[in-house]
Amino acid sequence: MSTAPQHNPTLGQASLKDRFAPYIPIALVPLLMLVGMVAIQAPSSWMTLTVSGLAMGMMIFIMASGLTLVFGLMDVINFGHGAFVSVGAFIGISILLSLGALTGAPSLFLNILAILAAIVGAMIGAGALGWAFERVIVKPVYGAHLKQILVTMGGMIVVEQLILVLWGPDEIFINRPEALKGAFIFLGAAVEKYRLLAVVFGLGIFFAMRWVLRHTKIGLIVRAGVENGEMVKALGYPLRLVFISIFIAGSALAGLGGVMWGLYQEVITAHMGGNLMVLVFIVVIIGGLGSVEGCFIGALLVGLLQNYVGFLDPKLALVSNIGLMVLILMWRPQGMVPVVRAK
Amino acid sequence: MLKHILSGDMPRSKILSLVLVVIFLGLAFAPFLFPGTRSLDTAARICIFIALVASYDLLLGYTGIVSFAHTMFFGVGAYGVALASVHMGRGFDALIAGTLAGALVAAILAAIIGLFSLRVRAIFFAMITLAVATAVAVLFSQMSGITGGEDGLNFKIPRAQTSAQKYLADPVLGVKINGKLLNYYLMFFGSLALILVFLRVVNSPFGRVLQAIRENEFRAEAVGYKIVFFRTGASIISAVGAAVAGSLYAIWLRYVGPDTTLSFEIMIDILLMVVIGGMGTIYGAVIGATIFVIAQNYLQNLMVVAADATSSLPLLPLIFNPDRWLLWLGILFVLSVYFFPKGVVGRLRGERK
Repeated sequence: MSTAPQHNPTLGQASLKDRFAPYIPIALVPLLMLVGMVAIQAPSSWMTLTVSGLAMGMMIFIMASGLTLVFGLMDVINFGHGAFVSVGAFIGISILLSLGALTGAPSLFLNILAILAAIVGAMIGAGALGWAFERVIVKPVYGAHLKQILVTMGGMIVVEQLILVLWGPDEIFINRPEALKGAFIFLGAAVEKYRLLAVVFGLGIFFAMRWVLRHTKIGLIVRAGVENGEMVKALGYPLRLVFISIFIAGSALAGLGGVMWGLYQEVITAHMGGNLMVLVFIVVIIGGLGSVEGCFIGALLVGLLQNYVGFLDPKLALVSNIGLMVLILMWRPQGMVPVVRAK
Repeated sequence: MLKHILSGDMPRSKILSLVLVVIFLGLAFAPFLFPGTRSLDTAARICIFIALVASYDLLLGYTGIVSFAHTMFFGVGAYGVALASVHMGRGFDALIAGTLAGALVAAILAAIIGLFSLRVRAIFFAMITLAVATAVAVLFSQMSGITGGEDGLNFKIPRAQTSAQKYLADPVLGVKINGKLLNYYLMFFGSLALILVFLRVVNSPFGRVLQAIRENEFRAEAVGYKIVFFRTGASIISAVGAAVAGSLYAIWLRYVGPDTTLSFEIMIDILLMVVIGGMGTIYGAVIGATIFVIAQNYLQNLMVVAADATSSLPLLPLIFNPDRWLLWLGILFVLSVYFFPKGVVGRLRGERK
C-alpha cells in the first residue's frame, strides 16, 4: 500500500519586491522633484516651478483622464478630445467675462460663485458636445482604428473652425478673479494663489474619481469593462450605455480642464485644445492606456518636467517630454500602470 | 511597355485612365498650356504634392498606419537643401548633398520612431508621431541661429535653374525657354520618378506583404512575416519619399520656413488629398493632389463670392469667410471617410465598400 505523496502547502507572503512593484511609478514624482532641485539649485525658483508644474500636471490629468478611460472601455482613440478642451474654455471664459460684476469684486465668495458658474457651464457645454461627437463622429467607426483617427481628427478641425466662426478669430485675454490674483511668499518662494488652488482642485478631482472607480458599483463596472468588456457584456450590463456616460463625463472634464487652463494662461485660442493634445497623448501613453492612476502620475511627471526644463532651456521643454516618454516605454512598454486586458 | 513602366498596376478603369492621361499631359505641357507665373507655380505645387501624397499613401493606404509626422520628413528634406545651399554656396553639389542628407536624416528618424513605437504598440504610432512632429516643428522655429526661426531661410539655386539663364533666344510657342522652365521640368520628372518608384514598391512582394498586414495583421504574422520590420520599412521608404519631395519643394520655392513645410495645416492637406483621391491607390494621390491644389487656389475666391452674396444674412457670411475654408475641408474630410472611403479612384473603379 502506498502512502499519499508528501504535500506541505505553505502560506507565504508575496515578496516585498512583488508587493511594491505596482507602486514604483509613484516614486518617480518625488524623484523627478529631487532631480529638478539638484539641476535648478536655487530653492526659491525650484519651489515656484514645482508648484506650477504640479498645477499644470493636475490640469493635464483632468483633460486626459476621460481619454484614457474611453480608450480602455471601447478601444476608441479620440483624436478630437482637444476640441472639448477648447469649447469648454470658450464657454467658461465667456461666462466669466459676462459675470464681470462677480469676478471684479474683491470678495472670495463672489469670485468662487462666478468660477463655479463658469465651470458648470463649460462642463455642460463640453459634455453636450461630447454626446453629439460620440453620436455623429465616433459611433459609425467602432472597431476601425484607422478611420477613428481620421474621423475624430476631422471632427476636431470642424469644431475648432466653428469656434472661430462663433467667437471670432482673435485670441481672448482674461483677468483672473480678484481673489485669485497675485502670489504669496512661502519659505522665500513666490507661489501664485491660482496655481495652488489648481493643485488642490486637481487632487480633489483625482481622489473623487478614484473613489467612484473603487467604491461604487458603476466604478466596478467601468473597471471590469476596461479589463474585459466582453465578459461584462455577457453578464448583462449595458456596456454601451456606460461607455457613452464615460465619454460624456470625459468630455465634460476636458471642458473643465479647458477653463482651468484658460485661467492659468490668462489667454484662450481655438487651437489651445489641439496644442494641448500633444502633452495629453504623452501622458496617456506613459500612464498606460486605460489606467486613471497611471494617467495621474504621468500628468504630474509631464507637468513638472515641462516646467523644470522650460526654466533651464525653454527650447527643450517639449523634447524633454518626448525623452521621458521614450525612457518610460523602454522600461514598461505598456505604460507605467499597465491595465490587464483579455484581448 | 507601359505596363512594365507602371509595374503592372494599370488604372483598371477607362475614365480613370482618361483622367490620368489628362493630368499627365496637362502637367507635362503646363508651361505651354497655361502660361503665367501663377499657373506654373500651381503646376509645380501639384507635381510636388502628388509625390508627397503618394509617399504618404504608402503608409496610410497600403500599410494601414496613421502617421502625423509626414510633414516633418517633408520639412527635413526641404531644410536639408536649404542648409546645404546656405553653407556650401550656390551650386548643384549643394542641392544634391542637401537632398541626400535630408533623405538620410529622414530615414534614420523614421527608423527610430518606427522601431520604437511600432514595437511597443502599433496603436501608439499615431500619437507618438504627432508628439514628435510637434516637438520638431517647435524646435525648428526656435533654433533661429541655424534654421532662421519663424522667418525661415532664403537661398540661391544654381543660375542654370533660374529665369536669368536663357537657353534659346526666341520663345517657343510664346514661352521663354529659360532656367525657370528647366526647373519646372526638374519638379515634373522628379515627381514622376518618385511616383513610378512607389508603384514599383507597392506592387513588389514587399508591397503585397504590407497590404496583407493592413488587411489582417494577425494572419500576416501567423504566415511568418515580422510585421514590425515591414511596417518600419514602409515608414522609412515613405519618409525618404517625403524628404525628396521636400527637397524639390525647397528648390522650387528657393525658401524654406516652418509654415511652408512643417506646419500641421500641410499635414491636414495631405490627409485630405489621400482620402479624396482614394487610400491604397497610388493613382489616388495623383487625382487627390491635383483636385486639392486647384481647389485650394480657387476655392477661396468662390468663398468670397458666397460671403458677399450672403452678407445680409446672419452667421452665413462668417461661415463663408475665406479664412474659414478649413471648416469646409474638415466637413468634406469626415464625409469622405464615411461615404467615400475608397475615394475618387475607388469610385471610378467601381469597387464596393
